[in-house]
Amino acid sequence: MNNKVPLKLTVNGGTFDIEVEPRWLLSDVLRHQLGLVGTHVGCEQGACGACTVLIDGKPERSCLTFAIQVEGQQITTVEGLTQDENLTPLQEAFSEHHALQCGYCTPGMLLTATALLQQDPHPSELKVREAISGNVCRCTGYQFIVDAILAASGNAKEDQR
Amino acid sequence: MKPAAFEYRRVTTVTEAVKLLRDAPDAKVIAGGQSLVPLMNFRLTRPSLLVDVNGIKALQHVVWDGTFLRIGSLVRHQQIADNVEIQKHCPVLTVAAKHIGHWAIRNRGTMGGSLAHADPASEWPAAAVALNAEIEVEGPQGVRMVPASEFYLGYYSTVLQPDELIVQIRIPSLKFRLGFAEMARRRGDFALAGAYVEDDGNGQGFVTWFGVADKPVRVPTVLPGNLEARREAWQQALGTLPIVDDKRSRIHLAVQIAERAWQHSQLEGAKYLSEEAIAGGDQPL
Repeated sequence: MNNKVPLKLTVNGGTFDIEVEPRWLLSDVLRHQLGLVGTHVGCEQGACGACTVLIDGKPERSCLTFAIQVEGQQITTVEGLTQDENLTPLQEAFSEHHALQCGYCTPGMLLTATALLQQDPHPSELKVREAISGNVCRCTGYQFIVDAILAASGNAKEDQR
Repeated sequence: MKPAAFEYRRVTTVTEAVKLLRDAPDAKVIAGGQSLVPLMNFRLTRPSLLVDVNGIKALQHVVWDGTFLRIGSLVRHQQIADNVEIQKHCPVLTVAAKHIGHWAIRNRGTMGGSLAHADPASEWPAAAVALNAEIEVEGPQGVRMVPASEFYLGYYSTVLQPDELIVQIRIPSLKFRLGFAEMARRRGDFALAGAYVEDDGNGQGFVTWFGVADKPVRVPTVLPGNLEARREAWQQALGTLPIVDDKRSRIHLAVQIAERAWQHSQLEGAKYLSEEAIAGGDQPL
């Protein structure tokens, strides 16, 4: 069954006129139609958080959303965090604090943490851990990610490495 | 891991949704989709038509009308966690909401979706039963109010007909504040056991578990001041429920979590909503 329908998708400030099947997940449309492969796909059941993007500023799972559902909403992927070559302070902090190893979870982590810092510029460690609890990392043990987010918020811990 | 093909329709009124559901018996409603889309990704369900109700403005209210707290079925879990009216009139929902999935899930998943999905380990069906709420549903025959205690039939099954849509949940004003606790492997995972406990201050009350039996049941119980006697009471209350899997550990967890929910119900003022109280159930038993 080929029942493609036209869709106007707003991603990282740009508008894209594409055709999608209703069954196509937002994660797949971002990667395959728009070539935005920074959005990673892990479990496709909402558990791992790798595909997290911002929809109207809020972190949501792009693997549990059909692209056709988000017409008219603002999508932000990891590619949209900066408009140029530079890194955001949060990305710099990830680099400085070795907050990634394989990098698979990193886009989801960055988007979740970006939304957190927008909502609460100085979160407690508990709040940081709660916020990223839906993003699974199998390399770092989370400590360096928490350190990086706290550092980017200016709430660096006393024993900062 | 990709859904089968389906037709997609976006609606802006309940009437429109009900009409589509009536004409296509294997259609499914999609609200937040946080339970439905995983099932579709696994092809455990393959609806021919998805009726997207996210555009129905009439389902997005949170209203305290002096007698009832009314929450529209499209209200997201995170909106419930953040809503000041809910915190004022039914703070146990504020606490429970913070245990639903993770942030990204809470931003999309809805009250109505969770009530209809009827996962026995989920927070809202048990809340509805514990709070003596009514669930308002609309179908081709019109609107009907179903007491939450009659809404659930068992695992993932309710009295909701395929052509009916949940409109709102109506919660009566509370005489006593309920306590809440939940145990999961990590915060946000499915509950291994959870409970709502209501204490009337006179040694009597109710306990409603989730993740323990096939559906939530509000069980009357005595609530003695003495810990050992209370443990005995939780055991007695559990005895009335069909616990089908892993009985020994499930009963152990259910007793512990009911006790924690009761302890939570005893907290005064700001302590009740403190991060420590909310995280209470997360600590190892």
